[in-house]
Amino acid sequence: MSLTVEQTKQRNKDLIKEVLEVYPDKTAKRRAKHLGTFEEGKSDCGVKSNVKSVPGVMTIRGCAYAGSKGVVWGPIKDMIHISHGPVGCGQYSWASRRNYYIGTTGIDTFVTMQFTSDFQEKDIVFGGDKKLEKIIDEIEELFPLNHGITVQSECPIGLIGDDIEAVSKKKSKQYEGKTIVPVRCEGFRGVSQSLGHHIANDAVRDWIFDKAGDKHPEFQTTPYDVAIIGDYNIGGDAWSSRILLEEMGLRVIAQWSGDGSLAELENTPKAKLNVLHCYRSMNYISRHLEEKYGVPWVEYNFFGPTKIAESLRTIAGFFDDKIKEGAERVIAKYQPLMQAVIDKYRPRLEGKKVMLYVGGLRPRHVIGAYEDLGMEIVGTGYEFGHNDDYQRTTHYVKDGTLIYDDVTGFEFEKFVESVQPDLVGSGIKEKYVFQKMGVPFRQMHSWDYSGPYHGYDGFAIFARDMDMAINNPVWGLTKTPWKAAA
Amino acid sequence: MSDLRQIAFYGKGGIGKSTTSQNTLAALAEMGQKILIVGCDPKADSTRLILHSKAQDTILSLAADAGSVEDLELEDVMKVGYRDIRCVESGGPEPGVGCAGRGVITSINFLEEEGAYDGVDYVSYDVLGDVVCGGFAMPIRENKAQEIYIVMSGEMMAMYAANNISKGILKYANSGGVRLGGLVCNERQTDKELELAESLAQKLGTTLIHFVPRDNIVQHAELRRMTVLEFAPESKQAEEYRQLAK
Repeated sequence: MSLTVEQTKQRNKDLIKEVLEVYPDKTAKRRAKHLGTFEEGKSDCGVKSNVKSVPGVMTIRGCAYAGSKGVVWGPIKDMIHISHGPVGCGQYSWASRRNYYIGTTGIDTFVTMQFTSDFQEKDIVFGGDKKLEKIIDEIEELFPLNHGITVQSECPIGLIGDDIEAVSKKKSKQYEGKTIVPVRCEGFRGVSQSLGHHIANDAVRDWIFDKAGDKHPEFQTTPYDVAIIGDYNIGGDAWSSRILLEEMGLRVIAQWSGDGSLAELENTPKAKLNVLHCYRSMNYISRHLEEKYGVPWVEYNFFGPTKIAESLRTIAGFFDDKIKEGAERVIAKYQPLMQAVIDKYRPRLEGKKVMLYVGGLRPRHVIGAYEDLGMEIVGTGYEFGHNDDYQRTTHYVKDGTLIYDDVTGFEFEKFVESVQPDLVGSGIKEKYVFQKMGVPFRQMHSWDYSGPYHGYDGFAIFARDMDMAINNPVWGLTKTPWKAAA
Repeated sequence: MSDLRQIAFYGKGGIGKSTTSQNTLAALAEMGQKILIVGCDPKADSTRLILHSKAQDTILSLAADAGSVEDLELEDVMKVGYRDIRCVESGGPEPGVGCAGRGVITSINFLEEEGAYDGVDYVSYDVLGDVVCGGFAMPIRENKAQEIYIVMSGEMMAMYAANNISKGILKYANSGGVRLGGLVCNERQTDKELELAESLAQKLGTTLIHFVPRDNIVQHAELRRMTVLEFAPESKQAEEYRQLAK
């Protein structure tokens, strides 16, 4: 009873039409541009992206502050990131991404701590610069082993015109050139967290690279130095990626930014190659490193053995035969392990249909891992992807895949209701909606507190988790009360 | 409370809002009215002529010292001046920092909650410059001041500002009871000043309620930190303000 590609396309078309019918005309017209079906051979997915969400709908997006503090800067472990403004932004985003790191929290690393200037009314009226100065002084006294400070602007900072740049410069001078980075990531800027990534990248460029100069002249480079860019080490993802690069003979000199340190950022211009995982959030700094320091960059994908092997070979292509042989050695070494995982789980997952809705990378990146398990992606979409993400998506999705950009709560529910996938992969806000509909669900932002999912080690965990969700006996226990008698 | 009249003075910076309003209110006080002046200008100079001194403790500076506005009592901020006119200054940040508009909102809310308006006949808000943001529109929002007087002169920019302020009033007029009370023209001795002012008033659908002629006695009184009514109660200018008050 599976549909042909043409039938699927027609079904999608009808479904989109049905969903749009409930909107007012103007909204329907706007949303229509964000919903579509991938047509084989096209250069993108045929949807518009990175524009303002429609007021009144439930969007899943975040803000620029979330993109900067939550994603890019937050995981830098030896710096203290001040949520500058009223208490809520810092409080409710506190440790909400599982950016694993090594260190002694509160002594030399600070990722799971929350620092905020806790603005009061008088700080709004009289400005918060003096308070910021005081906080920096207090941080220096209480946490003397911190390597740097960032000021993550919440909305009011931009509204009242505080001069956080002047404070940062002044305090940096006072503390002997300490790295203090003002970040203008006020939440009202832009249409999603995506602009926050860009602003955060620019802050690295302006306040780490341009200002710092070479802070580590003693650093010895090798011909095999690479930096991992755009891996936030959710549940240890960067670690299970790093070991593969190291096993093939490369030296990882920096992790951006999961388990990363300020010194690692500062040394990145000395890398021979930047390997970029999350293109959406860190392509900006990768391009800058190439233009200014001549460090080439390459995107890679460590989800599932097929994509891992492809990526290892691509990365090795930038180096000599020793590394190329290393890549083959690594692939061969893990092949039997991966085969064992596939042999175990594929029979249980074969043919299962999946719908995804994640942030800016995973809606395409995880597809290979599902396909390695014989599963099929029937719908996918980005919260805050841009057109270049949808272009890259074409290499992953099959003809007739349903595409939804910045999907609204209503649309997503309707789509899942009609398509009836065997698994939905999205975020915490979606999880219970779909589980209550009886659809197995996995969180694809936080890995549902599991992980890592990157690398060979990650694939074994990924396969186990997907099986656990889909083949959970709990689904057989749910009954429809009004059908019980029949 | 029913006969409480809330009025507000707006107008271009430096046009003489504070001078005009204080003189007029002094004249009203002379007639036996009980008056409260709320200065809504970070410079805190709206009550200088009544109190004979500048820079009384403002609501916001006291609040900043005490921690928050909730820590203040009404007595801390209220001063009594010429003819028992009660005065409070909102105050605000030094130029170039913070958000003075939010300060005005905070102050006015504080005054209302503390019952500062009980037992007075007139509350007068003296507001800085143009209606630059929501905060400075506070006195004309939420059914506060019902009558707005715009102080202007025959100079182009002053009239332009008056026009702009009227737009702000119109915005709130639809949702509340605020009305433009009229224009007060402070003579600058520009060409055809009276005619221009009258025609602007007509365009705005209001009246030029008074044309205050220029008289140096105002400056003399200001130097002595007094209103004309106190400094020279018998003068011609004092009479002008008495007329305006009516």
